[in-house]
Amino acid sequence: MPNDKDVAVLGVGMHPWGKWGRNFVEYGVHAARAALADAGLAWSDVEFVAGGDTMRNGYPGYVAAASIAQALGWNGAQVASTYGACATGAQAIDVARARILAGLCDVALVVGADTTPKGFFAPAGGERKTDPDWLRFHLLGATNPIYFGLYARRRMEIFGATLADFAQVKVKNSRHGFANPNARYKKLYTIEEVMASQVVSDPLRLLDICATSDGGAAVVLTSMAFARKHAANPVRVAAVSTVTPRYPNTVIEMPNFATDSAVGVAVPDVPFRDSIARGAYEQAGIGPEDVSFAEVYDLSTALELDWYENIGLCKPGDAEKILRDGVTTLGGRQPVNPSGGLGCFGEAIPAQAISQLCELTWQLRGQAGERQVANAKVGVAVNQGLFGHGSAILAVV
Amino acid sequence: MSSTRRPAIEGWFTLDDAAPALLGTRCKACGTYFFPRESFACRNPRCGASDFEDVPLSRRGKLWSFTDNRYPPPKPYVASDPFEPYAVAAVELEREKMVVLGQVVAGVGCDQLETGMEMELVLDTLYRDGDDDVVTWKWRPAHAQ
Repeated sequence: MPNDKDVAVLGVGMHPWGKWGRNFVEYGVHAARAALADAGLAWSDVEFVAGGDTMRNGYPGYVAAASIAQALGWNGAQVASTYGACATGAQAIDVARARILAGLCDVALVVGADTTPKGFFAPAGGERKTDPDWLRFHLLGATNPIYFGLYARRRMEIFGATLADFAQVKVKNSRHGFANPNARYKKLYTIEEVMASQVVSDPLRLLDICATSDGGAAVVLTSMAFARKHAANPVRVAAVSTVTPRYPNTVIEMPNFATDSAVGVAVPDVPFRDSIARGAYEQAGIGPEDVSFAEVYDLSTALELDWYENIGLCKPGDAEKILRDGVTTLGGRQPVNPSGGLGCFGEAIPAQAISQLCELTWQLRGQAGERQVANAKVGVAVNQGLFGHGSAILAVV
Repeated sequence: MSSTRRPAIEGWFTLDDAAPALLGTRCKACGTYFFPRESFACRNPRCGASDFEDVPLSRRGKLWSFTDNRYPPPKPYVASDPFEPYAVAAVELEREKMVVLGQVVAGVGCDQLETGMEMELVLDTLYRDGDDDVVTWKWRPAHAQ
């Protein structure tokens, strides 16, 4: 049943992920036009544009909503550009949702796009000795895979995860994304191939770790009243969670050198990564048992297994079991990353959470083709950005 | 010319070779530790005090997790050429109830590390800058001394 905090997803669109090397604005315009066409609306109908910023494309990237609005042809819409690292897209979606729910507009376009450099993500230039993101590279050479490697090793030590389990995640996702027209990597892998790829940050291999990609994604969000005039049963966004950690956060997070100290105050009952989807479940009055499928942020294969537990698909330590039992594979009880996930896409930071909502929408409409989840009614997408950004979206039909 | 030794960053650790320590702060009101040092406002949301004392952190802790860099990290890391892979450790300090990252000394790879093992802090070269030896904190297994 719709509730008064729902907004409709009237249109979705993406520019395929890849390493195209063009201006990020082009991907944003392509995705925005696709989403508007999907909604059956014109650019002139858009009253508000929420843009997900990119940090690697100069000033136009810091004002992404305006950069893309200008490229579409100024139409006088109000804009907001927002940044939350990997969680950027969820923030942009939530800003648009809040304006719609406040009655300030009926039609909002949310768009994010990125052009990424080759190789490891690096910090912004200059010598910035008070910036932990700069310092972690300078003093430790702590790339993102270093943090992923720490989590993966921990999972092996605590729960007995194996390299074959991690590889199985890649194998599963490579099958899921194989026929996805927007995926960058369309190749089927075997467990042996994944395990034999070069070690980047032990225990993680190259094929365990997501690449950096170019891409763009957009959604057209509208009020439910507006949507009913255009669609019989539109997909609805039932919740968006952009929670921050609660002090003390005792799991080491990018880009930090240390965790918070737990000396002065008790550790919270719900760790940060568990609180992200929980925030969305509580908003919508939906539980993990109701979820038909999930899109989770598989920055590494091992991290996908952490997410199963963080979003409540199983209890801590059971992720490997539900993976092996096929629960999270297409055809299983709760498929995870039917899109193929980051393993098939690579990461285009400000577009990523928006692309997750695109996938939720296609699945909930029954338009996902060969990767369709049977009888999809409730989809959850989760993601986490460095500097303490949670991102969870619940979409329902 | 003799080489000069200097820290890779000022004020984060002592240059005491025998017993180097990371330099943090401790909130005088609630006792919370901070590394790197916090001196403006306590981040415990139930505290918010602004009086801190400087404290050297525990020099030993238990290995929480570990990994390594097999490929040279991008700048501003100054990578050796040819690049020598190195391990990175996350070490849990019992008194401070916090986990602190650090490189592991050269020659100790992931195959010699085990979660839960006792680690200790040492000073070691991060990179050479001309004749200067630029040093930082690193972890090594405590039994290796």
